[in-house]
Amino acid sequence: MIKLLLGILLLGSLFILFIPRHQIFLIRFVGNATSFFTFFVSLFLWILFDDSTPKLQFVDEIVWLSQSNINFTLGVDGISLFFILLTTLLIPICLLASWYSVTIYVKEYFIAFLLMEVLLVLVFSVSDLLLFYIFFESVLIPMYIIIGVWGSRERKVRAAYMFFLYTLFGSVLMLLGIIYIYVQVGSTDYETLLNYEFNGLEQKLLWLSFFASLASKIPMLPAHIWLPEAHVEAPTAGSVVLAGILLKLGSYGFLRFSLPLFPAASYFFTPLVYTLSIIGVIYASLTAIRQTDLKRIIAYTSVAHMNLVVMGLFCFNTVGLEGAIIQSISHGFVSSALFLVIGVVYDRHHTRMVKYYSGLVHTMPLFITIFLLFTMANIALPGTSSFVGEFLILAGVFKANTTGAFLGATGMVLGGGYSLWLFNRIAYGNLKLQYIDHFSDINRREFFVFLPLILGTLYMGIYPEVFLTSLHSSVVNLTEIINPSDFSS
Amino acid sequence: MYLNIIFLPFLGSFIGGFFGRFLGPNGSAIVTTSCIGFSCILSMTAFYEVALAGCPCYIKLAPWIDSELFNVPWGFLFDSLTVVMLVVVTFISTLVHLYSTEYMSHDPHLPRFMAYLSLFTAFMLVLVTGDNYMQMFLGWEGIGLSSYLLINFWFTRLQANKAAIKAMIVNRIGDFGLALGIFMIYIFFQSVEYCSVFAMVPFFADQKVCFLSLNCNLLDAIGILLFIGAVGKSAQLGLHTWLPDAMEGPTPVSALIHAATLVTAGVFLMARSSPLLEYANGALSVITVFGGMTAFFAATTGLLQNDLKRVIAYSTCSQLGYMVFACGVSNYAVGVFHLANHAFFKALLFLSAGSVIHGVSDEQDMRKMGGLRRLLPFTYAMMLIGSLSLMGMPFLTGFYSKDVILEVAYAKYTIPGHFAYWLGTFAAFFTAFYSMRLAFLTFLSEPNGYRPIITNAHDSPIRMALPLAILAVPSIFIGFIARDMIIGLGSDFWSNAIFVHPKNLNSIDAEFIPHSMKLLPVGLSILGASSAVIFYSYQSQALYTLKISELGRKIYTFLNRKWFFDKVYNEYITQKFLSFGYHTSYKTIDRGLIEIFGPMGFSTVVMKKANLMRELQTGYIYHYAFFIFIGTGVLICLSLLDKLTLSFIDYRILCLLVATAFASRQIKTSL
Repeated sequence: MIKLLLGILLLGSLFILFIPRHQIFLIRFVGNATSFFTFFVSLFLWILFDDSTPKLQFVDEIVWLSQSNINFTLGVDGISLFFILLTTLLIPICLLASWYSVTIYVKEYFIAFLLMEVLLVLVFSVSDLLLFYIFFESVLIPMYIIIGVWGSRERKVRAAYMFFLYTLFGSVLMLLGIIYIYVQVGSTDYETLLNYEFNGLEQKLLWLSFFASLASKIPMLPAHIWLPEAHVEAPTAGSVVLAGILLKLGSYGFLRFSLPLFPAASYFFTPLVYTLSIIGVIYASLTAIRQTDLKRIIAYTSVAHMNLVVMGLFCFNTVGLEGAIIQSISHGFVSSALFLVIGVVYDRHHTRMVKYYSGLVHTMPLFITIFLLFTMANIALPGTSSFVGEFLILAGVFKANTTGAFLGATGMVLGGGYSLWLFNRIAYGNLKLQYIDHFSDINRREFFVFLPLILGTLYMGIYPEVFLTSLHSSVVNLTEIINPSDFSS
Repeated sequence: MYLNIIFLPFLGSFIGGFFGRFLGPNGSAIVTTSCIGFSCILSMTAFYEVALAGCPCYIKLAPWIDSELFNVPWGFLFDSLTVVMLVVVTFISTLVHLYSTEYMSHDPHLPRFMAYLSLFTAFMLVLVTGDNYMQMFLGWEGIGLSSYLLINFWFTRLQANKAAIKAMIVNRIGDFGLALGIFMIYIFFQSVEYCSVFAMVPFFADQKVCFLSLNCNLLDAIGILLFIGAVGKSAQLGLHTWLPDAMEGPTPVSALIHAATLVTAGVFLMARSSPLLEYANGALSVITVFGGMTAFFAATTGLLQNDLKRVIAYSTCSQLGYMVFACGVSNYAVGVFHLANHAFFKALLFLSAGSVIHGVSDEQDMRKMGGLRRLLPFTYAMMLIGSLSLMGMPFLTGFYSKDVILEVAYAKYTIPGHFAYWLGTFAAFFTAFYSMRLAFLTFLSEPNGYRPIITNAHDSPIRMALPLAILAVPSIFIGFIARDMIIGLGSDFWSNAIFVHPKNLNSIDAEFIPHSMKLLPVGLSILGASSAVIFYSYQSQALYTLKISELGRKIYTFLNRKWFFDKVYNEYITQKFLSFGYHTSYKTIDRGLIEIFGPMGFSTVVMKKANLMRELQTGYIYHYAFFIFIGTGVLICLSLLDKLTLSFIDYRILCLLVATAFASRQIKTSL
């Protein structure tokens, strides 16, 4: 099944490779069609998914380096299912959103996105630690190129470097950890590792090495500054993928590896994680209020929300973990949509400075309605997906640590501050006619870019049961593995 | 039928909002108003079935959130408390819809306005019908959103923008407390459904909890956290600042949301949580004290406001204080009774104020009105009915609930109870004073307005007058009619909706408090009203002298500036946060510390070191010979050291470093 997904994507990108450079429409069409088709195929993963088991499903095994005990096993369980679906949903949206906004190297652009989708699907489905690491890192390459080539300003090169180096530095430590694990266990197969118990010190050191990599991906303080930089310089679609999927690699890594492989260390370091996350939530929220660049604001809000997700991951109960997954997915919808919103106004006015915008509701009522919906989702209004996520996370955290939940929940108030302020600046007030000279509301293509995200946000907010049902058995299984009463004396 | 009560307003809002441009102003007005109208009729039927015929109704639709033990269904509960709220909300909402079709008829965005009003009503109905705290929270936040949109309805006005943001953010501080309360309920009761939680409360009466390193009684903690939510929504002291500012919205909004319904959500929450609060005596004391302080504070501030709507807004705030301390002294029924009564006469007052504002070309400053009794006789009559009812003049609606509230507070014989009684009694004096002051400045004194405004002043057209006339009836009679049913001794009206712990029951004690204490509130009200009449009609010169005296000016500024709450909040709290967000977190840390120890520092250091290494590459053979000599010497020395040191210094790495130094020149030249 996953092989099929990958095959479609690779075939599509190969096909684009052979289309002559000047047939831009054909390139765009094939790129979009491939990614849309992949999405529909990936839906079958969900339809055929068996909710009753935490096992890996749709397993594809490819023998690879069998002498070294490293096998290429692909599979999906409840945790990875929605991350894969999020990927396959967001890539077509990105490609549709950049239908006209990308004019140079169109062919390469589409190939880069399709390859990135291949790598992301692999990251989320591979069940081997070393291969996970390889794909985790190789996602950087297309993203680095996307920021560096299709970014908007000269500063983009610096941003691309920063993005690359920050994530790479952390990952080097993770590689060391993985090599150590391989030497110790003799395999990097996930299920084998689950049956191996590292001793206390090993766990702590390995946990820290993984944390260095995953935390800079989330990003947690103080390794967060690459994110605003990269977002500001990336093209709209790049930001969408960055916020929507790439940050989730961090939370996915915690869920998949750090927690179950090193449960005692995870429990031991929970105070550290909480402290960093709480600082992240409050710090990023307060910083976001004072930014002048639209993308930078949303980037900082991403930091705040993802740090809340990390709190949910480390509360060691089902409610918090399910909340963290739901919030990850929901953040994939909401922050992607907010970047697309910015993309819409940027396509029209070519600036991202807040001060040039005002009163867009006069000329773009439909657009502002959509913007309002996602602003409200951003501040976790009940009925939207992020409410479900945030509430479950905080309920879980409250169970583990009331003070942590109290401080984490201040994000509710601060989030209201920056979101409403931003929305108010863009939408309301008088139109600044000296700056604004383009008055079209969103067109049909843009509407269809937003539509899946709107539906997803509302559906997940009003009836999250559909998502939660598929999560239950995998998450409960994980909770059993990391049960603190097993190792806390 | 029961579900239609909730879904009809949603439907109206959906049609009016998304298809308003096809329906046109009239079409969407008709659709939304009739949807709410039907909802109102159904609510009255529900009132008959549930409250009068005594058969509560419970509908469970589907699961909403279901994770481990965190089970939240979509469920709707109709008991006496709910249906009382349903009738109040839908009745006033219908009248306000009708009123708005005329009041806003010149606005090009009428469909949007009607859609927002319906949306608000729908969320309010979700709030009152929810069968669990989460669904209540959905309605709670939903009305916050609609209130944001409605305050911001005239979105080009900066003041409206500010007021809307303020309303939402201040409310979110309350929501923050409410959310924490819900978490705590979930953690201990493993459920957020009313029925399960309330059934288990007595078993947790002595449970301790460690919250924020404070060891406190569980139920007290929950009660106070829920009350923080109510403080935000019901504009109690501390988080009340949004309510007067919210008057920037159109007047029908003020009538519906900021007087009759939204702001009573907090009181509703208190009444709904009565089985829980009854075991939390500490929380009840806090609630009583806050309610009393709010009643007093808002009444004094209302004394010296000059904006017509703000006077009424502060009066709302003050009346909410009464309702809250009624709940605090365990007389939830009385609190809800006052809520319902207040909804009628306050909606009447606001709609009359809207009628005045409409009549005098959107002027809101009372100092520029005056003499309108001859120009707007009908509005004058309505406003006077509302004001007298608000003052608690005997035998009008307000009298029946307000007096009882003060009596039961006194009959509590506790410090918080007496505190609330005395503050409430003085607040009654101020209430009467500012109500008469309002009537005087607007209607009775000599005309002070501009000539074109006065000449164009006109009384309300029929669609505005009709709601006023309809509201006037309950403002006069409903207290008398419903008194025995709702707060009468031994009435089984509330059945299980409201629980009062037998040891907190004091409605009989209230009958035996000293007569002087019973008469004092009414006496002070009459005194306040008559002193306002005397001052403003005969002694206005004396008032003026008082105002310009040294002390008088200070008092005037203090009260007119709302006890400087906004100033303190803006200058000492918000500014600090904002400057932290820029100077500390962004400039100093993100752009300073992390940059220096991160990317920028790193690249500078590497560049400098590389340059240093480059300097070594002179190209002279004797320099290289010297380095080789020194290097070999060092290596030989190292090899002579003991094993321990050697294990730390690996000479292969040293060789690598030296090689790098040489290679760096190669890179430089190739660049």
